[in-house]
Amino acid sequence: MTMGAQASIARGDGTAQELYRPPETERRLSLAFITVGFAHLAVGILLGLLQGLQHAGIDLYAYVPFVRHYYQGLAMHGVFNVLVFTTFFIGGFLFFVAGYGFRRPLVTSGLAWTTFWLMTAGLLLVDWALLTNQASVLYTSYAPLQAHPAYYLGLVLVVVGTWLQLVILLRTFFAWRRENPGKRTPLIAFGALVTLIMWTMASAGIAVQFVGFLLPWSLGWMQGIDPLLSRTLFWFTGHPIVYFWLLPAYISWYFMLPRQVGGRLFSESLARLAFLLFIPLSLPVGFHHQYLDPGVSEGYKAIHAFLTFAVFMPSAMTAFTVLASIETGGRARGGQGRLGWLLRLPWRDPSVAAQLLAMVLFAFGGISGLINASFTVNLVVHNTLFVPGHFHLTVGTASALTFMGIVYWLVPYLSGRRLFSPRMGVWQAWLWFVGMTIMSRGMSWAGVLGAPRRTALGTAPYFAAEWTVPTWLTAIGGAVLTISGLLFFINLIGTLTASPRAEKLEVPVVESAPDGQDPVPGWLDRFAPWVTATAVLVLISYGPTLYRLFGEMSLTIPGLRPY
Amino acid sequence: MHIDRYERWWIYLAAGLLGVFGIALAFSSAVLGIRLPGIEEQFLPTAAAGDYDVEQGWVRELAPGRYEVNMRARVWSFEPNEIRVPVGSTVTFYVHSDDVIHGMKIQNTTVSMMVLPGEVARATYTFTEPGEYLFMCHEYCGAGHHFMSGRVIVEAL
Ligand code: HEM
Ligand SMILES: [Cu+2]
Ligand SMILES: [Cu+2]
Repeated sequence: MTMGAQASIARGDGTAQELYRPPETERRLSLAFITVGFAHLAVGILLGLLQGLQHAGIDLYAYVPFVRHYYQGLAMHGVFNVLVFTTFFIGGFLFFVAGYGFRRPLVTSGLAWTTFWLMTAGLLLVDWALLTNQASVLYTSYAPLQAHPAYYLGLVLVVVGTWLQLVILLRTFFAWRRENPGKRTPLIAFGALVTLIMWTMASAGIAVQFVGFLLPWSLGWMQGIDPLLSRTLFWFTGHPIVYFWLLPAYISWYFMLPRQVGGRLFSESLARLAFLLFIPLSLPVGFHHQYLDPGVSEGYKAIHAFLTFAVFMPSAMTAFTVLASIETGGRARGGQGRLGWLLRLPWRDPSVAAQLLAMVLFAFGGISGLINASFTVNLVVHNTLFVPGHFHLTVGTASALTFMGIVYWLVPYLSGRRLFSPRMGVWQAWLWFVGMTIMSRGMSWAGVLGAPRRTALGTAPYFAAEWTVPTWLTAIGGAVLTISGLLFFINLIGTLTASPRAEKLEVPVVESAPDGQDPVPGWLDRFAPWVTATAVLVLISYGPTLYRLFGEMSLTIPGLRPY
Repeated sequence: MHIDRYERWWIYLAAGLLGVFGIALAFSSAVLGIRLPGIEEQFLPTAAAGDYDVEQGWVRELAPGRYEVNMRARVWSFEPNEIRVPVGSTVTFYVHSDDVIHGMKIQNTTVSMMVLPGEVARATYTFTEPGEYLFMCHEYCGAGHHFMSGRVIVEAL
């Protein structure tokens, strides 16, 4: 067994803390995942800029050799940003926090590398199909739009990789439990387990959709497909996937950021409860993406609407606990008064600035999400630009900007090199914040005025005069965001290639509360009851509809490639 | 489990707000009658019998001020794409797709629906204001998606 180096250093508060350093192969593994993810985000951001400009009437697609038209670019933007960047960053991050949290090597790092190569192989298939315009079906893969089989196969391999990751984390967890009987699961490792347990159950929908239908159909083994069933299976996974993107950010906000600002976790019990609630509540809500679909009953849509409101609760709890934890930091640093502590936070630390700003925009993302979820109100905003206006605040900022913030300490830690330019990092975070505020405002505004999403608006013959100002905001915000992205990548590449070696680096992790102070009940450290609750809720909310759709299934609609 | 007093209030506040929103939505649906498509929406137009072919697009006056539109969506056009009705008319739209998934949204109305091959989407709206109402496809359906639109012309009496 290869153990990482162990050392003991004195901390500022005088206590001695045992330092654990994951084995080198694991550090390289996380770095590999993160690099692949961000490389795809770089391309994705460039395409985002093209989209924003196109909406304002500046169509640059003719000058980009590898994109034939708006929708090929949009397919790449969606897939690269929310399927590839997220999944690969999260892969690297969760392996890291699990190993670091358990303070032991993964079981096994060999299998973890296999996972990486499997996912990367799948990714290459996806890249190829997208670049050759054989998969311009957008990231939702709505049948009967049909893509090349390599695209579906590639995505399946990526998802199988995430399942392997859960296997590795569980085996590491069991090994840790044997070595540490009676101890509570370390917080960051606990967060990683919740994330992957929830995701693995959630991915059942696309697993059936891709392996059972899309792949054989695209290979010609199946004459036709059932579009409603396929779509329903997609959204079974398609909503919970957003918590797969969000929970890793929550791991950082709850369990790492408070330490970065010199504070403590305000309430360990509520933090664990919020995480665990996401397991059952993430899944039974997918119909809120199908409010306007014929063929799904209004009653079940209403049940999903109600449960969507329920899954808002753990996020509301998060807002309180995380803010209160950060406040302990601001006060410990001498902040006074109701809001004075805010100014005392280490805003010059790019990792802190990025994550705090991500939280501010996430508040608006949460509110606009409630609007989308609101049953009849959804009629107004469904498939308008209001929706991207919403999710660029959530996955596009709460997750993406937080992940960038994590990179600012994690990549130096993994590579053993100092961050190239912390100042540039702070600028980057603020530019993202400003750019996203402008762009999201433009999109939501255009959306409320009825401008459809997923549409090359700049060349749409029906472009309405009142959309002009909002689409310009989108374009300007997008340009600011692109500059922010550029600064980020300069910093990342600079760190990896041109930065001096770093001395001792710390991983910021909050302490578990001592048992006397904030006793954590045993049911907050068990997964099985929550997994059972999920199964029950899914059965109630999805069972009857899926039973009916499979019963009425007619595989008759042929595939089409109108792109 | 210890919960801080302020945090408890915060949780009650958030839950209470969601409760109020929920009641407002139930009101909008049950009392104001704003409905979403459901299973019962898979019916065919009443005028489908006889000389009207459900595969085609057409407009038919059922009674004074009552219209039925059978709309056909395909890449990348609607049929019919120009509909004229007098102001005050109540129009029921039945929309089906010949090929891939489309959408149909009429600006400044509550008509908005997904059009899935194999299903018929239905929505009813009363046009109380004269004018031109743009409608368009709001689900990606291929390289010419942004050309797919039409208009409802509501004529003053
Ligand atoms: C420079 C930054 C960015 C710009 C300028 C940008 C711009 C845009 C625009 C204008 C659209 C709307 C396209 C349409 O509906 O026709 C869009 C869609 C989208 N964006 Fe971004 N974006 C950026 C960053 C991101 C990030 C960081 C993420 C996620 C991590 C993201 C995820 C998405 C997704 C999932 C869609 C929807 C794709 C679809 O409908 O299939 N974007 N983006
Ligand atoms: Cu959702
Ligand atoms: Cu379309």
